[in-house]
Amino acid sequence: MSSLLEAKGLYGGYGGADILQGTNLRVESDEIVVVVGPNGAGKSTAMKAIFGLLHIREGEVRYRGETITNAKPEQMVRRGIAYVPQEKNVFPSLTVGENLEMGAYLMKGDLARRLDKVYTLFPKLAERRRQQAGLMSGGERQMVAMGRALMIDPQLLMLDEPTAGLSPLLIDETFERIQEINAQGIGVLMVEQNAKQALSIANRGYVLATGSNRYEDTGPNLLANPEVAEMFLGG
Amino acid sequence: MTDILQLLIYGLVLGSVLTMGAIGVSMIFGILRFAHFAHGDFMTLGAYLGLSFISAFGLSSWWALPAAMVGMAVIAVFIDQVLYRRIRRTQPVILLIASFGMALILRSLVQLIWGSDNQTYASGIQFPWQLDWLGGMRLKPDHLWIMLISLGLVAGVHLFLTRTRLGKAMRAMSDNMDLALVSGIPAERVIMVTWVIGGALAGAAGVFLGIDTRLHPVMGWTTLLPVFAAAILGGIGRPYGAIAGGMIIGVSMEMSTLLIPAAYKPAVAFAIMVGMLILRPQGIFKGTV
Repeated sequence: MSSLLEAKGLYGGYGGADILQGTNLRVESDEIVVVVGPNGAGKSTAMKAIFGLLHIREGEVRYRGETITNAKPEQMVRRGIAYVPQEKNVFPSLTVGENLEMGAYLMKGDLARRLDKVYTLFPKLAERRRQQAGLMSGGERQMVAMGRALMIDPQLLMLDEPTAGLSPLLIDETFERIQEINAQGIGVLMVEQNAKQALSIANRGYVLATGSNRYEDTGPNLLANPEVAEMFLGG
Repeated sequence: MTDILQLLIYGLVLGSVLTMGAIGVSMIFGILRFAHFAHGDFMTLGAYLGLSFISAFGLSSWWALPAAMVGMAVIAVFIDQVLYRRIRRTQPVILLIASFGMALILRSLVQLIWGSDNQTYASGIQFPWQLDWLGGMRLKPDHLWIMLISLGLVAGVHLFLTRTRLGKAMRAMSDNMDLALVSGIPAERVIMVTWVIGGALAGAAGVFLGIDTRLHPVMGWTTLLPVFAAAILGGIGRPYGAIAGGMIIGVSMEMSTLLIPAAYKPAVAFAIMVGMLILRPQGIFKGTV
């Protein structure tokens, strides 16, 4: 059985020097995988490269055994991979409902069922479906962003710092939602700054530094690893 | 009082023309991030296409409208495919200069094909209705039609943008290009539809101008400044703002003739545009710059 997602030896960046220096990542279909590491380690870059937003100069990305290296984002969406960028991840002048509809742009029909599914997971969005997304709070916008991604019924959900800028209460709630999404059989790959909390819900974690893997282990083991704790988790 | 009402009507007629142009300019800016300088000459070409159509088939003036709209929709997509598409990934300023070049090409083409003399859709004078219940104000049937058809086209654009998947995708792309890409919205198709709408509305603007006054190879070029003023006033990248902007600029330009000579009408548009850029550069409705 091949993995849901497997990235091997990725090299690439924004056109200048490579930011990714042989990054490896793997996600199984029932897993939550968390990528942590210091600023500039290439965490977000790795996500973008896997999703086809940046050119991979060397290395390979496989999805369910099929090579998808440097495929276009549209192809990723069609295959069932959804990606939520860290910032500017909603369409501000569109309503919540329209934001969600845009998520399913490539999926023919079935819109009502898809909307229902997202509204069940995020009941607050159902109440606010006619509100402009740009007028919502940070936490609500994050829900819209995740909801938009879930509209394609993804097999793999890629989240870039889903809790950035949220209050502790909302961070807890976001991680709970991510666990619920994962419980539906959706593999989750996320980059996180709240490393301790993220690793505590993760099946496995990667510690990235200067574009390559430094540590790779189960979530609890990484948390218990004194070197990781000292270097990256703030003691 | 009657004078003011009369000028208001003229202003709304001019505003209708400007709105047709400004919606296109605003949409193109929202999706493609460049100021389309050939838009005025799109209007001119549309007007002349309509003229050729009605004279070829011996039809009455208003048949120029559908011909110009269809013709300009096709030509706009064609120009995008052969010129703008190739330089899409360069800088906006390169697209802007290219569109300036396209403006010159189109204007020369119009002169070459149709000559540089004034032409009209129909000879003779249209007698206005005298509206006694409005203090004897006069209203030409053509003016009423220009306003009503504009209203219909604006309503059509509104329904397209709010009710159809493609229209919503257009607003989404204008909002956040990167997220549209990530969501799998097909950018090239949205761009094509943007040109269809922008071209068709420019064609309509040209025919309105031609019906209101006359056809001339620089008719669109001289209207481009107030069209840009309308788009900027409304908040560029916001088609709804373009409607408000178009009407405000049109009415202001006509009303100004109460105080200053009519030759200064374009200067009024320019003054409003500059004032707006200084005081509230994002426009009445927050634009995308």
